[in-house]
Amino acid sequence: MADPSIQTYAPPSEAATAAVTESPVARAVLMTVAFLFLGFFLVLPLIIVFQQAFAKGMGTYLSSLNDHDTLAAIRLTLLVAAIAVPLNLVYGVAAAWAIAKFEFKGKAFLTTLIDLPFSVSPVISGLVYVLLFGAQSMLGPWLKANGIEILFAVPGIVLATVFVTFPFVARELIPLMQEQGTGDEEAALSLGANGWQTFWYVTLPNIKWGLLYGVLLCNARAMGEFGAVSVVSGHIRGVTNTMPLHIEILYNEYNAAAAFAVASLLAGLALVTLVLKTILELRYGAELAATRGH
Amino acid sequence: MTPAPAQAGWKFRQPSVIPGFGLTLGFSLVYLTLIILIPLSGLAWRSAALGWSDFWRIITDDRTLKALEISFGTALIAAAINVVFGTLVAWILVRYRFPGRRIIDAMVDLPFALPTAVAGIALTTLYAPNGLLGKPLMALGIKVAYTPLGIVIALVFIGLPFVVRTVQPIMEEIDKEVEEAAATLGASRFQTITRVLFPGLAPAIVTGFALAFARGVGEYGSVIFIAGNLPKVSEIAPLLIIIRLEEYNYAAATAIAAVMLAIAFAMLLVINLLQSWSRKRYG
Repeated sequence: MADPSIQTYAPPSEAATAAVTESPVARAVLMTVAFLFLGFFLVLPLIIVFQQAFAKGMGTYLSSLNDHDTLAAIRLTLLVAAIAVPLNLVYGVAAAWAIAKFEFKGKAFLTTLIDLPFSVSPVISGLVYVLLFGAQSMLGPWLKANGIEILFAVPGIVLATVFVTFPFVARELIPLMQEQGTGDEEAALSLGANGWQTFWYVTLPNIKWGLLYGVLLCNARAMGEFGAVSVVSGHIRGVTNTMPLHIEILYNEYNAAAAFAVASLLAGLALVTLVLKTILELRYGAELAATRGH
Repeated sequence: MTPAPAQAGWKFRQPSVIPGFGLTLGFSLVYLTLIILIPLSGLAWRSAALGWSDFWRIITDDRTLKALEISFGTALIAAAINVVFGTLVAWILVRYRFPGRRIIDAMVDLPFALPTAVAGIALTTLYAPNGLLGKPLMALGIKVAYTPLGIVIALVFIGLPFVVRTVQPIMEEIDKEVEEAAATLGASRFQTITRVLFPGLAPAIVTGFALAFARGVGEYGSVIFIAGNLPKVSEIAPLLIIIRLEEYNYAAATAIAAVMLAIAFAMLLVINLLQSWSRKRYG
């Protein structure tokens, strides 16, 4: 790292940098290729969602959203996210506290384990719960005898969602809190604050933007998860269908307008997530750690 | 990280005045065990209970092998495409200044934020034989939707941010003086890029490739709409797991999942080694 107090020389003029950039023609070609690629692969799919959603007019759009099963799917998606995100938020803070503020054996291994769900196929994330709680499992008969429904019910959907969104908050907070060190906490403790006060008044203000960033990504994934939830949900219309699953059913029934109407809500959520994420990165970039490290 | 000072005897943790170690580590471990470790070891246990001959019979079944081949093959092609275009996009975002750069930078994360089912139906509508892009491609004799090519398209969409976001920060750190030195020594711009810049970026590019590949192999939501799901032609391994589950063939679902998981963990190991290697080499 260069000493920030030492001023570097002024950037050389345009002519002097010509040797370290591409010719205008090469630049134009590279940019055109990149823009075409991004246009076809990112922008066009996004536009087509809204175009298809409104293709049959505002009336059809609103009436397809104001459908009993669709509203049930929206409610279920919100409910699942409202349970899964706080669980992973508490876990993320606890794990980051233990990993970032202390030195202990096996820390590197524990950090690797946290990222494990990212390398598991969503379908397998759902399958593991089917194997654990399904009728053929060891727990299955006992659950059935006691009338506990996990699979093909809300608890199973929540579990699968928690599994796939498990790392988001923790992996944002761990590098951030490691960077911040323990100096602030030690100062607070030496001034007589207790553990909780130290966390609430010192640590939390330090990590709030990173925390929000992690929650934002966690929530986007929780509301949009498809594969894992698809395995455990049982696809009971109006009961265990989340929004992404409802989109699949509508689409397979050739009801494209309704499918895209629901999809437009999730696409809107994705856009809001991206905007908030960008604002956080621009305004609080220094206070976020792994803003680029997916 | 400063190395821990040498100490006499084995100690689980370094002393610290900060409270809450037991509580936070204990809660983290319990939660991790309940949510991740027990379910995953359940899968390992169930596939071990199958016995080797049953396991082998399921895995070497024609349809299973084809599904694995399609999943890994399409993910490999898509990751290769993403290496080329992802590196190009990263280069343009890091080196060029143009209006709307911030918006494009933010848009790169769209595949992370957009639910896979939404991406799936949008791409299918675009590339269907009567779709906006499918129609002209059809006129050229290229059928995209409902073929393995459609799977590749979906996986390119899903994998793009992995390459861009891995390569971009490394590119930002490149010292321009290195390029200036190369230029003053008489290297052409092309030589500077291929001989000076590329070796520095290679670990990040390989990591991005591995991440995009790993994600593509397991991807389900964006693929099943566009794939057509024809057995032995465009049926991916995750879909075959679901099909076996719906047939109550838990043994087959478990065995396929175990193979995919084993390969995924091997990839994770490779990615970790790559990252620590590139950190050591390039700081």
